[in-house]
Amino acid sequence: MSEMHLAHSWDTLEPIRKGFGKGLLEAGKRWENIVGIVADLTESTQMHLFAEAFPERFVEVGVAEQNLVTVGAGMAAMGKIPFVSSYAAFSPGRNWEQIRTTIALNDRPVKIVGSHAGISVGPDGATHQMLEDIALMRALPNMVVIAPCDSNEAAKATLAMAADRQPNYMRLAREATPVFTTEHTPFEIGKAYVYKEGIDVSLITTGTMTYQAMEAAKILAKDGIEAEVVHVPTVKPLDERTILASAHKTRHVVTAEEGQINGGLGGAIAELLGEKLPTPMLRIGMKDRFGESGQPEELLRHFGLDADHIALAAHHLLLDHTNHKH
Amino acid sequence: MTKEQKHHSLPALEKKANEIRIDLIKMLEHAGSGHSAGPLGLADIFTALYFEILKHDPETPEWDERDILILSNGHCTPVRYVTMAHAGYFEKKELMTLRQFGSRLQGHPERLRLPGLETTSGPLGSGLSQAAGMAMALRMDKAQHRWVYCIMSDGEQDEGNTWEGAMFAAKYKLNNIIAIADRNNIQIDGPTEVVMPLENLRDKWEAFGWHVVEIDGNDIDAVIDACNMAKAIVEKPVMIIAHTVPGKGVDFMEYDFHWHGAPPNHEQAVKALKELRTLGGKIRSEHE
Repeated sequence: MSEMHLAHSWDTLEPIRKGFGKGLLEAGKRWENIVGIVADLTESTQMHLFAEAFPERFVEVGVAEQNLVTVGAGMAAMGKIPFVSSYAAFSPGRNWEQIRTTIALNDRPVKIVGSHAGISVGPDGATHQMLEDIALMRALPNMVVIAPCDSNEAAKATLAMAADRQPNYMRLAREATPVFTTEHTPFEIGKAYVYKEGIDVSLITTGTMTYQAMEAAKILAKDGIEAEVVHVPTVKPLDERTILASAHKTRHVVTAEEGQINGGLGGAIAELLGEKLPTPMLRIGMKDRFGESGQPEELLRHFGLDADHIALAAHHLLLDHTNHKH
Repeated sequence: MTKEQKHHSLPALEKKANEIRIDLIKMLEHAGSGHSAGPLGLADIFTALYFEILKHDPETPEWDERDILILSNGHCTPVRYVTMAHAGYFEKKELMTLRQFGSRLQGHPERLRLPGLETTSGPLGSGLSQAAGMAMALRMDKAQHRWVYCIMSDGEQDEGNTWEGAMFAAKYKLNNIIAIADRNNIQIDGPTEVVMPLENLRDKWEAFGWHVVEIDGNDIDAVIDACNMAKAIVEKPVMIIAHTVPGKGVDFMEYDFHWHGAPPNHEQAVKALKELRTLGGKIRSEHE
């Protein structure tokens, strides 16, 4: 693990969205053309740090997500790098066509940041638990899709987005989750990283599920299974080389994400392996259903989005595959 | 006006608008699909913009001192293409590639394909917000001597995004935006007041915090005057409600919503061209 510069202690908890707030503040300091645009959720999306430091570069559009991204497209046309933020359920949930036409097809470097993605939004319930954003955004030509695994990576991703000339989407989570990467852990748009090496099964994950996969790998180790954990912060474009290398090595793949497996990371990996390296796989994620109110942890457990369920899926996969061989 | 700051006489501009209508008919007939009514109705506004109002340079479409013209109702792009060709952005013969495979003249305008288009549009209601974003960026850069014009249809006033943009521009007092609503009273399914009543449109825009002017959008002089006047309004963004005749210049197309999304066939084109050429004669005889 040391080669990936992961943290020694994973006890610190911080919401992933906080990393975005810090990263945007830093981006604002580095580049004068960074602007922040928000739809009535300044503090929730952690844009307040930027707003306080750069009030002249901060724009409030109110509860108007279609306007949020189209104003962003206009500002990008004049040389600005706009970060536009809201909850993922509303942006890109509400304004997908505007993103498609005025940002993706129009190729403007607008940075769309959707906070409160995933089931772990918790008590707010199904309306606010955005599960389809990866599928929506992954389908768009020109669009980059990023789901950082912790606050540190979100800060790095924000700076990378600020320097990237393509349209980008980044999904963030609401709840505090373990900070297990450090400032030295590498991040580049378009790269996947092997956070733990193994030979028996590849756990290919994105966003909050990467931490769960790291925990699952510990559970599996107790049963004598050496799991490899491949963190895929950039769901599009997919780092095919890293993913195929891992699948080739372990011959078993479990994907995990806090969103719909249909069209999500699970869909992306299935498409890749189906075409280039057919490999037995199972997908962990929301299986064609909506969430509901509850505490984040109980929801994650109920819908099978935790370390135990990832480990269980790996067991099933290995067992099934072994049985087929006999 | 271009970098050379040329001014044209009103008769010359009216003649130009008529030539643009003639090329529109030829182009739409050749394409075999496309919108007729809106582009014909907008020919006078586009002539006024490209030959008198806009600061632009056909030789350098990306000139960083240019004014911006957003066409929010992308389906009216044929009139922009024809006007751009007349202004010297590209050769007129390219107009005959409209809507063909490989053409820079896409059915709805795509910025990346043709220099001089400021955005990609077609899905309605998102042009004003982009114009507002541009105006805001220009203000941040202290470049408010550059103007952002946004042409909209009346049908797209049905879109929520339009009013989100309206509120936003008023909130930030974006006085470097000049919006022009093509009030031709038709949309695909019929008259606007039947499909989704817009009146009182002036009151709506005023209530949203805009300075509103109403003009005859087929009167080139009135278009020029309204744009000049709009620049003097400093406390609010300006909406010019331009009353136009859909299908203007071609008798059998005028006021008929069936021509919103249809091109003329050969027989209809011949008839239309004959009428436009005669009208061209009338305009000359009036002013010479």
